[in-house]
Amino acid sequence: MAQIRIQNVRKEFGAFTAVRSSTFTIEDGEFFMLLGPSGCGKTTTLRMMAGLELPTSGEIFIDGEEVGMKPASQRDIAFVFQMFALYPHMNVRKNISYPLVSQGMKREAVSARVADVARILRIEHLLDKPVGGLSGGDRQRVALGRAIVRRPKAFFMDEPLGALDAEFREHMAEELRALHDRMGATTVYVTHDQLEAMQMGDKIVVMNHGVVEQFGKPQQIYDWPATKFVAQFIGSPSMNFLDFEGMIGIGGDSVELGGVKVHVPAAREGRAGRLTLGVRPEHVAFRDDAPYRGRVSAVEYLGTTQIVTLSTEHGDVKARISSGQAVREEELVGLDFDARTLSLFDAESGKVLISEGNEGVLAHG
Amino acid sequence: MSSYSVTEPSLRQKWVAGILVVGYALITILPLIWIIATGFKTPSDAIAYPPKTFFTPTVEGYVNVFTTRTRLSQEQLQALGEPTTWYDKLVRKDGLVISGPSRFAERFTNSVIIGFGSTVLCIVLGTVAAYAFSRFKVPLKDDLLFFILSTRMMPPIAVAIPIFLMFRSLGLSDTHAGMILLYTAVNLSLSVWLLKGFIDEIPVEYEEAALIDGYTRFQAFYKVVLPQAATGIASTAIFCLIFAWNEYAFAVLLTSGNAQTAPPFIPTIIGVSGQDWPAVAAGATIFLVPVMVFTILLRKHLLRGITFGAVRK
Ligand SMILES: Nc1ncnc2c1ncn2[C@@H]1O[C@H](COP(=O)(O)OP(=O)(O)OP(=O)(O)O)[C@@H](O)[C@H]1O
Ligand SMILES: [Mg+2]
Repeated sequence: MAQIRIQNVRKEFGAFTAVRSSTFTIEDGEFFMLLGPSGCGKTTTLRMMAGLELPTSGEIFIDGEEVGMKPASQRDIAFVFQMFALYPHMNVRKNISYPLVSQGMKREAVSARVADVARILRIEHLLDKPVGGLSGGDRQRVALGRAIVRRPKAFFMDEPLGALDAEFREHMAEELRALHDRMGATTVYVTHDQLEAMQMGDKIVVMNHGVVEQFGKPQQIYDWPATKFVAQFIGSPSMNFLDFEGMIGIGGDSVELGGVKVHVPAAREGRAGRLTLGVRPEHVAFRDDAPYRGRVSAVEYLGTTQIVTLSTEHGDVKARISSGQAVREEELVGLDFDARTLSLFDAESGKVLISEGNEGVLAHG
Repeated sequence: MSSYSVTEPSLRQKWVAGILVVGYALITILPLIWIIATGFKTPSDAIAYPPKTFFTPTVEGYVNVFTTRTRLSQEQLQALGEPTTWYDKLVRKDGLVISGPSRFAERFTNSVIIGFGSTVLCIVLGTVAAYAFSRFKVPLKDDLLFFILSTRMMPPIAVAIPIFLMFRSLGLSDTHAGMILLYTAVNLSLSVWLLKGFIDEIPVEYEEAALIDGYTRFQAFYKVVLPQAATGIASTAIFCLIFAWNEYAFAVLLTSGNAQTAPPFIPTIIGVSGQDWPAVAAGATIFLVPVMVFTILLRKHLLRGITFGAVRK
């Protein structure tokens, strides 16, 4: 079990910088998600933690020990690859026992451990089968078995569910999470699926273009995004952005949006110029006498809720409202934003302005 | 495991395909059958016209290829008394006695040593080089690979004279080591390129998984990469062996008394006691056996191998 600390880690491939100065900490026993769009450097970050790639600069600590220059075999971690990487020339039992054999463990001890793991993962009946004929889910289990059999300090998983179909993904995600809860081992999990990250993770790091945009608990990140990128990447539909020219002073609790006064959480830093107001769709309500107006342009029915798209003078706004509420297309409605939940971003830098709402979550330097 | 979705061919298609394949096989196999049959004929049957399809088989050719014989006068033969072994009897009816073993066994052994020796060396060097080219950052990698390939661009025999001179001054002429080196040098480019293709196909994740499982890079190489490259290694080995085994020109030029291989030796049988075609055919047949056995042993790999990884597991 281990705490993992990443400090100013940077990775360059020739002239290309895949990871820029990442810093975050994974606490002992956490289920930690590395989230970001394709090519943002998640795999590279994970591979550096695992010792498959050397950082260009920066430090990686596992349990307080600097491991940056230690080879993978000495870090006592397990890695689950996206394509599982089961050794095709060995059967399931051999695959699972392979990491133990390398440690020179006695044969009886190995078979006891393998049996144990097989029972936990419910793959006892597969032990003597070749890996070639296994289904995706079974391969996944065998890959997990190979990872957990050694009882390593930490598990690293690179999109382990990426190769499975949607239905099975959900099932395996639950199983994985349950397995983690039972074993309590530090797990770092890479995914580009924000929903998966929100559902499974104790904590999430959101990366973009090699930069750590935000790191924290799922709900904190969802409620109080640090940047416009995070706000947009997390949540579906994503946060509405209303761009406007305006200003807010320290302590100010409202902005002028096209002549309409909109209340926001009290500002802890002031800014004037191009600003963006961020509103989650579920924080938009319809009120006939609200001064900010929008015209309904589309309605998407989702069962208990519906997503209503409105055109306003600051662009399209999506609202998530109860399906019970009748909405007609082309109807003109008044929009009410839940003042306690709004975020204000600097439109140029994309960074959020610290306010009474997010100051507890975002410890800006 | 791949799943094929191929529509079942019709009966007619099957017949046409079958006839084509059998026809082609017959065309290619006919000379082979001819050689094998000639090996069991008498010299007169061998040159009979029209050619004899049915004949009384004899192993004279095989006896002749392994022995040297002398013709004796009737009196001398009488003085020798009854022949004691079956092969003595066989040559005695032509008025001959076996005067000693021929050099065929020796030449054949040379072929085995040089052919398999160069194949093993080629595979060992080729695999290691191909692995390095496939997995590591090698400075000037593309140029090096092209250079290696370029050694194949001219017929090897074009450099026969320089090699002849070099071998002479290095004392490698007519030695096993010299021939093994030469064949390895000629085949290495093929071996590196073929094997690199096969190793490129093996996902690096396998090795990385092994590295994380606590193995060293070398252990990962021979425990994970090698078993999966078996197909490629087998087919490359067959190509290398066939070249080294059949090579004639260098063998004529560079070997004589000591390290001569079978290909330059077999034609010399003709001169020994008239045109002994059955003996030549017998020698050729025996010469075919090792390559055939080797190929049959590895054929499982070969099938997948010569498609150059086009068929995915
Ligand atoms: N060995 C390498 N050499 C050069 N560039 C690389 C190498 N590995 C990764 N990169 C580049 O670094 C960037 C980040 O790659 P990385 O694999 O970490 O992305 P990722 O976030 O895991 O993306 P994905 O979701 O597609 O897996 C990519 O642009 C990739 O092309
Ligand atoms: Mg990746």
